[in-house]
Amino acid sequence: MSFINYSSKEINCKIVYYGPGLCGKTANLQFIYKKTAPDKKGKLISLATETERTLFFDFLPLALGDIKGFKVRFHLYTVPGQVFYAASRKLILKGCDGIIFVADSQVERAEANIESLDDLAFNLEEHGFDLNTMPFTLQYNKRDLPNVVPSDEMDQMLNNRGVPWFDCVAVDGTGVFETLKDSARQVILELKKNY
Amino acid sequence: MSSSDLIMYEEEFQRIDEELVSLKNSANASVVFLVDKNGQLIASVGDTQDVDTTSLASLTAGNIAATGGIAKLLGEEEFTILFHEGAKDNINISLIGSRIILAVVFDSRSSIGLVRLRVKKSTEKLAQIFDDISDKSDKDKAEGKLDDSPFNEISDDDIDSLFR
Ligand SMILES: Nc1nc2c(ncn2[C@@H]2O[C@H](COP(=O)(O)OP(=O)(O)O)[C@@H](O)[C@H]2O)c(=O)[nH]1
Ligand SMILES: [Mg+2]
Repeated sequence: MSFINYSSKEINCKIVYYGPGLCGKTANLQFIYKKTAPDKKGKLISLATETERTLFFDFLPLALGDIKGFKVRFHLYTVPGQVFYAASRKLILKGCDGIIFVADSQVERAEANIESLDDLAFNLEEHGFDLNTMPFTLQYNKRDLPNVVPSDEMDQMLNNRGVPWFDCVAVDGTGVFETLKDSARQVILELKKNY
Repeated sequence: MSSSDLIMYEEEFQRIDEELVSLKNSANASVVFLVDKNGQLIASVGDTQDVDTTSLASLTAGNIAATGGIAKLLGEEEFTILFHEGAKDNINISLIGSRIILAVVFDSRSSIGLVRLRVKKSTEKLAQIFDDISDKSDKDKAEGKLDDSPFNEISDDDIDSLFR
């Protein structure tokens, strides 16, 4: 859910990066953090284990600029991917305005992607959201690796709804901002529909 | 999805701010802030210059969400109060209705007893304000779009400009 404050002239939106373990969600946030001017970002908070696996969530607040005099803030969250963190994953989806699904393009992760997408649809439903209608963007990550599934096959596997998708290499930043920008666009247009 | 959006207007924002200031003073607290359960900071008062309130808000909500999850596993509806004690600073976290979190940071100049007492009083008043807010936005929604909606004439260009 977004938070529109007419008093301080702010619009706050929540975007969640979802996907199987090790697909590159945290890498997306790290790149965005690295490339955003200091005055436009807050701290990147990672609640991680000692081996840097996301334990609860990563959080990055962005204040990119103004629209019609309102300061637009995006709060980016990632979820922990491992199967046994199901409970935390569900908590983080609460009140989200948009979803970015990060798929791992490697052949051997095909099944993990599908399972994670099913898990996402299920968890969203529990919160009363519908993945078929809410702002949703797909990212096919790790395109730099040799053993990847071709993008159009990724699309066939994951993109029933035909939403925008982006080839990406999160570690060098290819496609990272394109993905975020698409999600931001969908989220704002959804708000426009309602207000 | 829109039904859960929170819209804050000037008038209610002032009332909230006044109530938080009064709570801060009467409880001898250093910082008082309100967070939406989804992690968005709604308002804060006190010595916040050196505090990263945005991160604080997100983590407070994460904390409530996690303890809420624990409560459910144990068959509780929710733990309504959380208290964390530090060497210098302490934080008392409680719920206002079902979606707003109130956090009070205080040091040895106050006490948990005093804080709890004052929080209890403020909770009723804040709950009333949030009821008023949701009545108001329901009414606005029923009447159609808001006149001065920032979304009225938004274009793709406006969105592009955020990423330049
Ligand atoms: N080669 C390659 N490695 C990546 C890419 N994105 C992430 N990684 C690596 O994959 C591992 C897991 O990434 P991480 O962001 O922690 O995954 P998360 O579990 O989804 O948060 C790390 O070692 C990253 O460096 C990519 O686009 N290409
Ligand atoms: Mg991670």
